[in-house]
Amino acid sequence: MALIRKAKQSPWQHKHLLGLRDLKAEEITYILDTAKGFEQISTRSVKKAPPLRGKVVCNLFFEDSTRTRNSFTLAANRLSADVIEFTERASSVSKGETLLDTARNLEAMGIDIVVIRHNAGGAPKFLSRNINACVVNAGDGFCEHPTQGLLDVYTIRKFRGSLEGLKIAIVGDIAHSRVARSCMWAMTKLGAEVIFVGPPTLMPAQVDRLPVSVSYSLDEVIEKVDVINMLRIQFERLGGNPFPSVREYSHYFGLTVERMKKAKPNILVMHPGPINRGLEMESEVADGSNSVILEQVKNGLAVRMAVLFLVNQATAMRR
Amino acid sequence: MSNELLIKNGRVIDPANGIDKECDVLIVDGSIAEIGKIEKPAQTVIDAAGKLVTPGLIDIHVHFREPGDEEEETIASGSVAAVAAGFTSVVCMPNTNPPIENETDVEYVHRKARQTRKTHVYTMGAITKGLKGVELAEMGFMAEAGAVGFTDDGNGVQDPSVMLRALKYATMFDVVIAQHCQDNSFAGNGVMNSGYYSTILGLPGADTLAEEAMLWRDIQLVKKIRPGRIRYHAQHISTAGSVELMRTAKKDSLPITCEVTPHHLLLTEQHCAEYDTNYKVNPPLRTAKDIEALKEAIAEGLIDALVTDHAPHLQSEKELEFLTAPFGIASLECALALFVKALIEPGVLNWPKLIELMTAKPSRIIGVDKGTLSKGKQGDVTIIDPNAEYVIDVNKFRSKSRNCPYHGWTVKGKVEKTVVGGEIRYSADN
Repeated sequence: MALIRKAKQSPWQHKHLLGLRDLKAEEITYILDTAKGFEQISTRSVKKAPPLRGKVVCNLFFEDSTRTRNSFTLAANRLSADVIEFTERASSVSKGETLLDTARNLEAMGIDIVVIRHNAGGAPKFLSRNINACVVNAGDGFCEHPTQGLLDVYTIRKFRGSLEGLKIAIVGDIAHSRVARSCMWAMTKLGAEVIFVGPPTLMPAQVDRLPVSVSYSLDEVIEKVDVINMLRIQFERLGGNPFPSVREYSHYFGLTVERMKKAKPNILVMHPGPINRGLEMESEVADGSNSVILEQVKNGLAVRMAVLFLVNQATAMRR
Repeated sequence: MSNELLIKNGRVIDPANGIDKECDVLIVDGSIAEIGKIEKPAQTVIDAAGKLVTPGLIDIHVHFREPGDEEEETIASGSVAAVAAGFTSVVCMPNTNPPIENETDVEYVHRKARQTRKTHVYTMGAITKGLKGVELAEMGFMAEAGAVGFTDDGNGVQDPSVMLRALKYATMFDVVIAQHCQDNSFAGNGVMNSGYYSTILGLPGADTLAEEAMLWRDIQLVKKIRPGRIRYHAQHISTAGSVELMRTAKKDSLPITCEVTPHHLLLTEQHCAEYDTNYKVNPPLRTAKDIEALKEAIAEGLIDALVTDHAPHLQSEKELEFLTAPFGIASLECALALFVKALIEPGVLNWPKLIELMTAKPSRIIGVDKGTLSKGKQGDVTIIDPNAEYVIDVNKFRSKSRNCPYHGWTVKGKVEKTVVGGEIRYSADN
């Protein structure tokens, strides 16, 4: 009840969570605060709370995912929602059901919240325009992955209290990374300074117009930053040959034990998973004392519970 | 008995003959008979007081989708839309399904147009078989059948040696080779302009280099062929860089022309921000800077034609993710008003200059004897109310498709009547 009362005074009015770009800092903070309240549910012996009882959450995944999907399922379960799984290959013009038809079908089934992952940037927005249910973006193309961005700032906040003034490096394939984009929006809105690090061939177009600085040298950046977020090299998204070899990539941008020696002693090492061990990061670093990678996974659950709770709450208030 | 149509009291604009004055136009038996103060009676008299009387408008870049995609548009539906928009001649692109790649295909388009009897319908043929960019299509036979030029529009001819061969071969026939300038190695799988917006929207971008690299390459190929009898036409140029290339090419007096669409003058990449697929078009919408450059080029006389690139698609095809929806904007029916908004209202062009870019100049590009009101020419005339305001409503389109981002725009400049070969084929009041 306490949570519900709080929500009514909340600055959160959105029926959908499509991305972090358009959110205000207060809205992001509010999700994080709400997540904090949910974190303890997972430590109880009965790991369930009733706020979404009688609601149906649909996991609509057009791309492979293990952790995000499971995390959303678990989050929905813990809030007592019913969960259905809807796995599809991304539609094409010529074959298969269109996203619009899928949306209409879900509508007919009385789904309350759709959690969508899709290979096309903007697919969640498209869905939200064509469906009455709440839409939560679980990753769209290389546009956004808002719950990942949220869980990352949640994790940082947990360890550092605040993001204000922190220097954060995001390293790797920025061009094709929705995680980089969501992190950038969330982190900069909360007062951190973000540095994109990677080869120029993996930087997005007009990166200079983003609220970040750019470096091509991890060695120069490593000693300055409080947090380092290593992206996974997404071999499935890379077009052409953006770097000559994995060996050379690791040499310049891998987080090695050697490189870690130059880092601040309390640097937080993050990774959205799944890790290519030995490529972005050496195992000793991934499993080392600065790594908060598993903490991220744990926090992801609380953040996703908060998101499902809040979008549902916003809908309830509109009714 | 002869058939007479007299258009009285209009402001007659005939750029090719340097005419811009209030007078009358008499058409007898389908041909222009006289321009001036005409007092004799005629069977049909149109009072055009307060209106512009111009040569019939010509759009040298439309997609009427026939054969193959008749659900999107047909030559019949497109022709009805064309006359309602003041176009007395259009040029269909050959990227139909199957493509227009032999004389039978060309004749098919002409036959469909004759059956409709609305606007003159010309077609370009494919440069290469199946638009695949590998083997030359039968340009000679197609030219003999009446194809007014060749293009693989929708694709650029990627292989420079194939393009060189096409240009060389075409010198036999005095035809125009038109290119959709797009180097695929730069365009990649881009669905919008590469830049800030593609980055924040998470959509693959196509770099402006894709257009400019191919235009630059083709200019070199044209130089190589000269003094061969060649005409090269760059379709729908969209970037400041392309303008710069055109400026140099024209300074060097190369036989190179180019065209611009309304969307590249009115819309920017920013319009894609809501993932509205009606803004998905190829070449993609660029930036305000590119629009500025294009307008400057138009004012300077570097641009030779205004075209629509009318690309109709079904709503069901456009109701997809931005990534998967097809490219194209259907703008034939509001074209004139869009050019008025883009060019006349901000003072880039005056009416005679605008009309020239929609009549005499495009006609010259395709080598067709049209676009003027010279005595003896076919009686194709468009009557325009330059001050009439209206709201664009896609639901009133005669075209089969509604994929038009200008829906709801208030615009100025309305086609009152369209006369094709001396016959009134469209009249706004019925």
